[in-house]
Amino acid sequence: MSIDKATVEHIAKLAKLEFDDQSKEEIMKDLDRMLEFVDKLNELDTDNIEPLTHMTEEHNVLRADEVKTEISQAEALKNAPQKDSDYFIVPKVLKREDAD
Amino acid sequence: MSAVASSSAPRRHSSGASATNLRRPNDKYEAVIGLEVHIQLLTKSKAYSSDSTEYGAVPNTNVSVISLGHPGVLPKINTKMVEYGVRLGIACNCVIREENEYARKNYFYADMPKGYQISQHKTPICEGGYIEIKDKAGNSKNIELTRIHMEEDSGKSIHDQDPFNSLIDLNRAGVPLLEMVTEPIIETSEEAYQFLTEVRKLVRYLEICDGNMEEGSMRCDANISIREKGASEMGEKVEVKNMNSIRNVQRALEYEITRQIKALDSNEKIDQETRTFDAATGKTIVMRTKEMANDYRYFPEPDLPIVIVDEEYVKSIRESMPALPNELYKKYTSELGLSDYDATVITDSKAIALYFEELIGKTSKVKAAVNWIMGPVKSYLNENAKEISEFKVTTEVLAALIELIENGTISHSVATQKIFPLLIEGSDKSPMEIATENNWIKESDVGSINEFVKQAIAKYPDKVAEYKGGKVGLIGLFMGEVMKLSKGKADPKIASELVKKSLEESK
Repeated sequence: MSIDKATVEHIAKLAKLEFDDQSKEEIMKDLDRMLEFVDKLNELDTDNIEPLTHMTEEHNVLRADEVKTEISQAEALKNAPQKDSDYFIVPKVLKREDAD
Repeated sequence: MSAVASSSAPRRHSSGASATNLRRPNDKYEAVIGLEVHIQLLTKSKAYSSDSTEYGAVPNTNVSVISLGHPGVLPKINTKMVEYGVRLGIACNCVIREENEYARKNYFYADMPKGYQISQHKTPICEGGYIEIKDKAGNSKNIELTRIHMEEDSGKSIHDQDPFNSLIDLNRAGVPLLEMVTEPIIETSEEAYQFLTEVRKLVRYLEICDGNMEEGSMRCDANISIREKGASEMGEKVEVKNMNSIRNVQRALEYEITRQIKALDSNEKIDQETRTFDAATGKTIVMRTKEMANDYRYFPEPDLPIVIVDEEYVKSIRESMPALPNELYKKYTSELGLSDYDATVITDSKAIALYFEELIGKTSKVKAAVNWIMGPVKSYLNENAKEISEFKVTTEVLAALIELIENGTISHSVATQKIFPLLIEGSDKSPMEIATENNWIKESDVGSINEFVKQAIAKYPDKVAEYKGGKVGLIGLFMGEVMKLSKGKADPKIASELVKKSLEESK
């Protein structure tokens, strides 16, 4: 399997990233190398083997429904590039095609 | 948004008219509707972290490094989220999954700071099951469920405070939700209305959600398509969002059914798209088309180990379940002989149903108990906009009052008009004490009633003559006089017999 430009553009769009053509070429090559590595794993016979989704056999690691306040509002907002006294501020994301 | 509202305002009239047409059977087309209901759970802390779920807090104060999506943190599942999922699953007759895996649903949006939502994908906690609904004529239908799964809520974006930016409040990010998905078997907007009413009642009985659609703690998206009657293939599916009341879900569906039928009739293609409902105009508007549809790239959440829900656990939850509205309804109509209407009203609210349950545990006079709840109690609550939790008359006291009427100690009118108001005000005396103190005990002693009868007859000798002459209606006059003389305490049955007898015998 090899990665084409359309796939790179699709993934970039989903990740809300933009690349110029030169970067896209490099990304295509990088992704191809990764897939080749994964293809190597395909040589193994994995029929009748359940996918491993977790590294431990542990289960039911649950917590009681108790409230703990661990950080303040000021701490929460501290690392945001844009904020006011109460909110995180982001570029406007609402887009609506008014029709009808 | 304002442009939409003003341009469509003059047409409001015509869209209302077409919605009416639609309630008539349409011979050519049928609607296929499936609903997705998001149920915000009444837990104290979030789904995967310990920050508070309290509504209405100062923005970005109910947050943690986990709900903020900081790197390198480890989520941990709230045990109540699993318990509530099992409760709802049992109530809806679902199959409860033993091995529960969580999954990441990937998408970028500012109010979901991790870049993914922790949800369930291939292993929803509940599968199958159904919720029974009834139409106005009392016909029932089972609305089958596809699944119920656990997931987390997003934060809130505020778009109207600043022309260029959106403000983000992450207090709601990570609040636990159950998402219930129905099979596409709902056929009318009325059925959707009935279904959501049942879901709301159910989650309130189960005490897992407050069921408040106006405040967003219960939310509904609808998938709707139209096809020619009997066609086996589905039409293009349209998803409608942002309906913040059960009534608005019904309105949005009525609008969509009319819109899609009109389009099909004029050979227009229905686009597979997401639309939003505008409650002011009653219309739906395109939000996004299929080209923009998301690609969620689900994969198993590696940070959360599998949750095993074994049979023993399900059994323990089943045993701790409260009585459900449909069970109570069946008990009331089939065992206690209540009318459909009475049973529906009493089971509509869990608090009223519990009060009634307690009451009939304390008096065997079921019919009287129903009449008290449906009559004086409900009207007092309605007139004063009160909940039964604020009602001061305990079931013991009301049961005692009912007994006093049923055994003939006091009259019904004394009970409802004199004693009940004192009890509502919070009198700490028993109905019997109140009746005795105020001399309201019904007079059933024949001797003393006869004295009043004699006085009444002596007072109107000319009316006695008229009665004997055939004006039998005059008996009411004498009865009135007897009741007046006895201050309302004379047993009306005994008094009436004595008056009749005396009149016949008098000369």
